[in-house]
Amino acid sequence: MAAASAPSVDTPRISTLILQRKTLAIGLAIIVAITLLAVLAPLIAPYSPSKLSIVNRLKPPSSTWFFGTDEFGRDVFSRTIYAGQLSLLVGAAATALAATVGITLGLVAGFFRKADGIVSRIIDAMMAFPDILLAIALVAALGPSLATVIIALGVVYAPRLARVVRASTLVIRELPYVEAARALGVPTWRIMTRHVLRNLVSPILVQATFIFAYAMLAEAGLSFLGVGVSPEIPTWGTMIAAGRQYVGQADWMTIFPGFAIILTVLSLQLVGDGLRDLLDPRLRKDL
Amino acid sequence: MTRYVLQRLFGMLTVMFTVVTIVFVIVRVAPGDPAAVMLGPDATPADIEVLRVRLGLDQPLPIQYVYFLAQLARGDLGHSIFLDMPVASALLDRAEPTFFLTIFAILIASAIALPVGIMSAYKRGSFFDQAVTTLTMLAASIPSFWLGLILIQVFAVRFGWFPVAGYGGPDASFLTRMSHLVLPAVALGVVSSALITRFTRASMLDVLNDDYVRTARSKGMGEFRVIMKHAFKNALIPVLTVIGLTAALLVSGAVVTETVFSLPGVGNLVVSAVLRRDYPVIQGALLVIAAIYVLINFGIDLLYLMIDPRVRY
Amino acid sequence: MAMSTPNADNHPDALADDIVLRAEDLRTHFIMGTRTAKSVDGVTLTVRRGQTLAVVGESGSGKSVTSLSIMRLLSHPGRIVGGRLLYRMRDGGVVDLATLSDKRMRAIRGKEIAMIFQEPMTSLNPLYTVGDQIMEMIRLHEPISRHEARIRARRMLELVEIPAPDKRLDQYPHEMSGGMRQRVMIALALACNPALLIADEPTTALDVTIQAQILDLMRRLQREIGMSILFVTHNLGVVAEIAHEVAVMYAGRVVEQAPVHDLFARPRHPYTKGLLACIPDAKRDRAEDGTRKMLNPIPGSVPSVLALPAGCAYAPRCPLAEAHCESVPPDLLNASPEHLTRCWRHELL
Repeated sequence: MAAASAPSVDTPRISTLILQRKTLAIGLAIIVAITLLAVLAPLIAPYSPSKLSIVNRLKPPSSTWFFGTDEFGRDVFSRTIYAGQLSLLVGAAATALAATVGITLGLVAGFFRKADGIVSRIIDAMMAFPDILLAIALVAALGPSLATVIIALGVVYAPRLARVVRASTLVIRELPYVEAARALGVPTWRIMTRHVLRNLVSPILVQATFIFAYAMLAEAGLSFLGVGVSPEIPTWGTMIAAGRQYVGQADWMTIFPGFAIILTVLSLQLVGDGLRDLLDPRLRKDL
Repeated sequence: MTRYVLQRLFGMLTVMFTVVTIVFVIVRVAPGDPAAVMLGPDATPADIEVLRVRLGLDQPLPIQYVYFLAQLARGDLGHSIFLDMPVASALLDRAEPTFFLTIFAILIASAIALPVGIMSAYKRGSFFDQAVTTLTMLAASIPSFWLGLILIQVFAVRFGWFPVAGYGGPDASFLTRMSHLVLPAVALGVVSSALITRFTRASMLDVLNDDYVRTARSKGMGEFRVIMKHAFKNALIPVLTVIGLTAALLVSGAVVTETVFSLPGVGNLVVSAVLRRDYPVIQGALLVIAAIYVLINFGIDLLYLMIDPRVRY
Repeated sequence: MAMSTPNADNHPDALADDIVLRAEDLRTHFIMGTRTAKSVDGVTLTVRRGQTLAVVGESGSGKSVTSLSIMRLLSHPGRIVGGRLLYRMRDGGVVDLATLSDKRMRAIRGKEIAMIFQEPMTSLNPLYTVGDQIMEMIRLHEPISRHEARIRARRMLELVEIPAPDKRLDQYPHEMSGGMRQRVMIALALACNPALLIADEPTTALDVTIQAQILDLMRRLQREIGMSILFVTHNLGVVAEIAHEVAVMYAGRVVEQAPVHDLFARPRHPYTKGLLACIPDAKRDRAEDGTRKMLNPIPGSVPSVLALPAGCAYAPRCPLAEAHCESVPPDLLNASPEHLTRCWRHELL
């Protein structure tokens, strides 16, 4: 009995738990730093990201231009931190959309036997398309723009979340307390949101972190191909695409935006892994 | 066994049918008139109307869907107006670089991932294991197109060991063509080795403590043989699934990598089709690539049959 | 008398002719960071030629770790940290298994000492036929062809009374019942004619009728082949059926070793006495009015191997314990020439 009441007393504060996980703490620190750099870019950037300077074109990294300059003499460092704004925005928005669609589909499939057949089949079929390819096709169909890239990536990654949510819902809806709630006549939507969804916070959080990482990689790929956001808008993908013409001549144009992507995706994966470690013991038992 | 195969076959066909439907929907959700978009702003209304009729766009959607299915059933993927050739032939023309690129990348990825994953699991918690865990996470964070550019910088531009881009021109020998695939295959292989390494490690960890592994040791067998013959073979099934999945993902990774290296493959074809709104080609490529994914998965299901006797009954 | 003072003579050849294996003060610890689980902490026991020694104890007493130590099959972080495991090879030479090189140990596993495990359902590799797994064992140790190995494997299946051996050779483990699989494990273990068979709870996972069949089979095979058996079990009923001698383990030590009749007739350790009192016995446990008497479980619980008491590990639960017992761990004493006990007060029993 002591064990049952203990957690509320003994549970360490969340902050302590996070700090105990080295990977989670490091990942969070990096992603917060990157986000701050991007958001505060107007204050931090030494130059305007779009200020042209033909005399200073293709200058290598130096104390004047930390990351060098591009073919129009624009400061690569300033552009890299500004580009973070859009890259992170696209990743976050796509993840939010994927989460909304995925959770809804997953709950519906897990809860209503009749819908499960169709929804599961659509999920399976969606997963048959490689993510970038499906995104390309969707962007092509909808016409390329910032919004369509977000929509396309959201649609591409929704099935992954739907699958996780569906599997967990199937388990949770058979649990005694959910059955009891149903027997007591609690409305289905209330059971889904109150009892099921609350138990799904952990797996959704972990999965969403990884989707954030994949979506950022995919966005960079789309922008690199020129089928994503307009090449004039600086994102890490478009910057690398621009640098491609100057490989061997101005390598810094590709290297630094690439580092930005790698660091961001890596820190998101560290967070996802750390979260999974933190939350998994219970997950594994429940699922 | 027959039941297992039939089950998988049926599963494959339902997924494929859904895939076809999704592709149909994606291409039809395009805002505006595809015919007008395809012909560009200079087209006369009469031209657009001709194309609409030719593409069957003047019909109601359900009729279009039935036509679409009937066309596919005949093995016809449609006709590209821009290329003025059947989509199937266009894809086939571009298949070689993509095919070999995917094969090489999978070979490179497996050659890295399997030994490293096995060793990492075997030496669990060691410095090596920790280094592998960190490096796989790093590798999974690298965009393959960026790695491709770096490889070009180092090995093609600076050292001149490999060609910078292209496929060697129309008269290139097979060997020359393949030499153009080395760097892109490395770029794709390294990035996709991360996932396979992680899975190999995880599924080896699952089996290393199994009782039959201990039995194998109790026979007086050397460690290498215990690990490879008894543990690894049992760990192989989930690993194969991931390798198959990766192979399918590589086809799409190839879309981007082919652009970096200017390889005239399927990926390149898709990108240019998107840029000029060549819907029949986009549609055909989507279908073929999804079909390859579904087929690879079916193939892996059949491989299980060969590896695991329990599936046969 | 060398047995009561096991470290008196460190020369391996000190092993008497009729002894196959003697563990002397074996210590196997699991070192996890700053904590050390002393799962086996001073085990001394003797297996005689052609006889069965049953090692009895509750779960966590260290009996399985002892058998895995002998085979040197401990999984990380378990390690033999002290003591000797003297083994007489079939050619007469004596080796210390605790310090043998990995390579020489591999030559001993399977050929000199073989092992069968508790879980027949999972101890065979699901991906290979039963025949392949037996043939693999034979061909590891003997330079014979596949064809000859197959004939030998078939003979082994006959030996363990598996019907239709030709058909069974080509079957996979999942096509067999648990009892059948344990027969296969025995066939596998005996395929290279080992001098010592270690059986780690081989019947625990089986139901009672199958259990009796397997015990019969092992007894018969021992008569015919003459190997020695180290039989690990927690079941005193099984001990009575199969053992010549018994070693009782408690908290990582052998607290008593004696011939089976002596031990059952007059246990010389209070723990053994407590264990025997727990066995349901139709005659003894009926009260005069015919109702069943309550069993007598030993009060208290086994100490954690992470924190063993300074003196006798059983002292906290022992009705005979006195101050001396709690401070000084008892030596292995001779209660009679063949009866060893780790109890200061065994005279009182």
